[in-house]
Amino acid sequence: MPHRLSDRHLSVLALAGVVIALGWILPNAYFLRIATLVWIFALATLGLTVLIGQAGQVSLGQAGFLGVGAYAAAILPTRYGLPPLATPFVGAFVSGALAFLVGRPILRLKGHYLAIATLGLGFLISLVLTNEVGWTGGPDGMQVPRPVVFGVSLSQPSTWYWISAASLLIGAWLVLNLDGTTTGRAFRALRDSEVGASVMGIDVSRMKLRAFVLAAVYASVAGSLLGLSNGFVTPDQSSFLQSVELVTMSVLGGAHSVVGAILGSAMLVLLPQVLTVMQDYETLVLGAIVVVVMIFLPSGLVPALVDLTKRLTR
Amino acid sequence: MAELLQYIATGITIGSVYALVALGFTLIYNCSGIVNFAQGEFVMIGGMVTVALTAYGLPLEAAAVGAVGVSIVVGIAIYILAVAPAGRASPVTVIIITIGVSIFLRGAAQVLFGKQFHGVKPFLSEQPVMILGAAVQSQAFLVIGGTAAASLLFWILLERTLIGKALMATAANRLAAQLVGINLRRVMLIAFGGSAAIGAIAGILVTPITLTSYDVGTMLALKGFAAAMLGGMGSPLGAMAGGLLLGLAEALSAGYLSSAYKDAIAFLATFAVLLLAPNGLLGRRSVNRV
Repeated sequence: MPHRLSDRHLSVLALAGVVIALGWILPNAYFLRIATLVWIFALATLGLTVLIGQAGQVSLGQAGFLGVGAYAAAILPTRYGLPPLATPFVGAFVSGALAFLVGRPILRLKGHYLAIATLGLGFLISLVLTNEVGWTGGPDGMQVPRPVVFGVSLSQPSTWYWISAASLLIGAWLVLNLDGTTTGRAFRALRDSEVGASVMGIDVSRMKLRAFVLAAVYASVAGSLLGLSNGFVTPDQSSFLQSVELVTMSVLGGAHSVVGAILGSAMLVLLPQVLTVMQDYETLVLGAIVVVVMIFLPSGLVPALVDLTKRLTR
Repeated sequence: MAELLQYIATGITIGSVYALVALGFTLIYNCSGIVNFAQGEFVMIGGMVTVALTAYGLPLEAAAVGAVGVSIVVGIAIYILAVAPAGRASPVTVIIITIGVSIFLRGAAQVLFGKQFHGVKPFLSEQPVMILGAAVQSQAFLVIGGTAAASLLFWILLERTLIGKALMATAANRLAAQLVGINLRRVMLIAFGGSAAIGAIAGILVTPITLTSYDVGTMLALKGFAAAMLGGMGSPLGAMAGGLLLGLAEALSAGYLSSAYKDAIAFLATFAVLLLAPNGLLGRRSVNRV
């Protein structure tokens, strides 16, 4: 289907346009830092777009993999002398392998049981990161050494803006491409009916595992980027609340949609920044906003916007 | 021996709280299919309101009744304002709504009560009771007794009253229940109110032992959820068993293995059980209609 192909490329091109424009417009380091966070969390959320939106499996422990990636960026260079820029790849490999090993038994569970199992997994990772003080620096977290390329230390906010933006674009392009492949179609069949999918000859448990590993790798790379760009990691990044935030980002924007993942991340990264003026009421307002959005737009922002434009143009 | 007894006493006490939270989960889940992640906040509200009301000079009994009342109002408000308007949204959406509610309640508690820990004096005496060399706080007996009483009441409500029959009918088949004239909205209100009351009772009883703060709800919700899963979602008996088992596993592993990893062992136990019995210990085997 050639028109779908061009659709895909158009989306990525449009996204690239936005990213480049923002890179030019944003006035100072503060805004660049915020935008960088949006791209990084969007990358992690894209993994959930595949897992929740396409394959229909839920994970409440995604921040665990975010933590693995972040601590890979912190631990490997300081303790093993690995070059910092190699750490996202090693972290992704570790996360993927972990997801592969744990995923097989866990993914046999369904619905709420799968939710509690993934939640437990994330929780365990978070506990290890908090308690193994000798390795991870404990609850206080640890420093991440800055990568040095050709004698230049990568610490400028603008540098990390472009690195995270490029990673997001590549990630988004891969997810969009997945849509048209056999695996992508198998994911969707799985979401619509597991029994139906297995009757069609789809290896259900293998497909679930594939989506789970992919989501773990996305979260892990995002975690590494987070650690490298912040120069610092803490166990909070692997906490249950962080996992909840990631799922909320995905569902808030629209679980099936790549643009939704980015929009959802933007909302949840920007909201606390805006709400800091309300000081004590920050948590309260955040909760209220999440509830209100989910009640009135249960399938997320992007599908609601698409509906609206369809109705207007008809 | 004394050591073991001590751990078991601690385990049963904290396990009772998990059991009550799990029971609250079960009540709402059975009637609506919703996992209410704000369940832990009821425990927080129970403790916090008791602390606040006694600080205003109210006697403990009145404060406790007030706390249960406030919690029931919040529970009913959650249903009317947040859950009912969502209608037939997907389970993930509803989970996120209840998580949003719990964030909201935590934020409200932070504004109203501040971020510090609050406590109330033990209800009976501050002297621990010695049993075979193990020192057990008198409050622990109240927690265990209260849990037993609350679950007995719960059982009588479910099995021996018309309201209970309506709840059970809704749990078994929502459409059929509506067809025989059960008012679904009223059933839901009772489920949310009852669940809030159970959580608040747990909070009131345990606050003298564990203290309370605006953010205790999250962890309790997680543990209660794990307990409900461990026992088998939807089974009240399973919820009780799961809660007590989780409490015991936690206390024993904190005592003999490592206190830093006690939470890990609770979750590992849940993992192991779920892998062997994917529907929990006492859960109904699920049959999927194709």
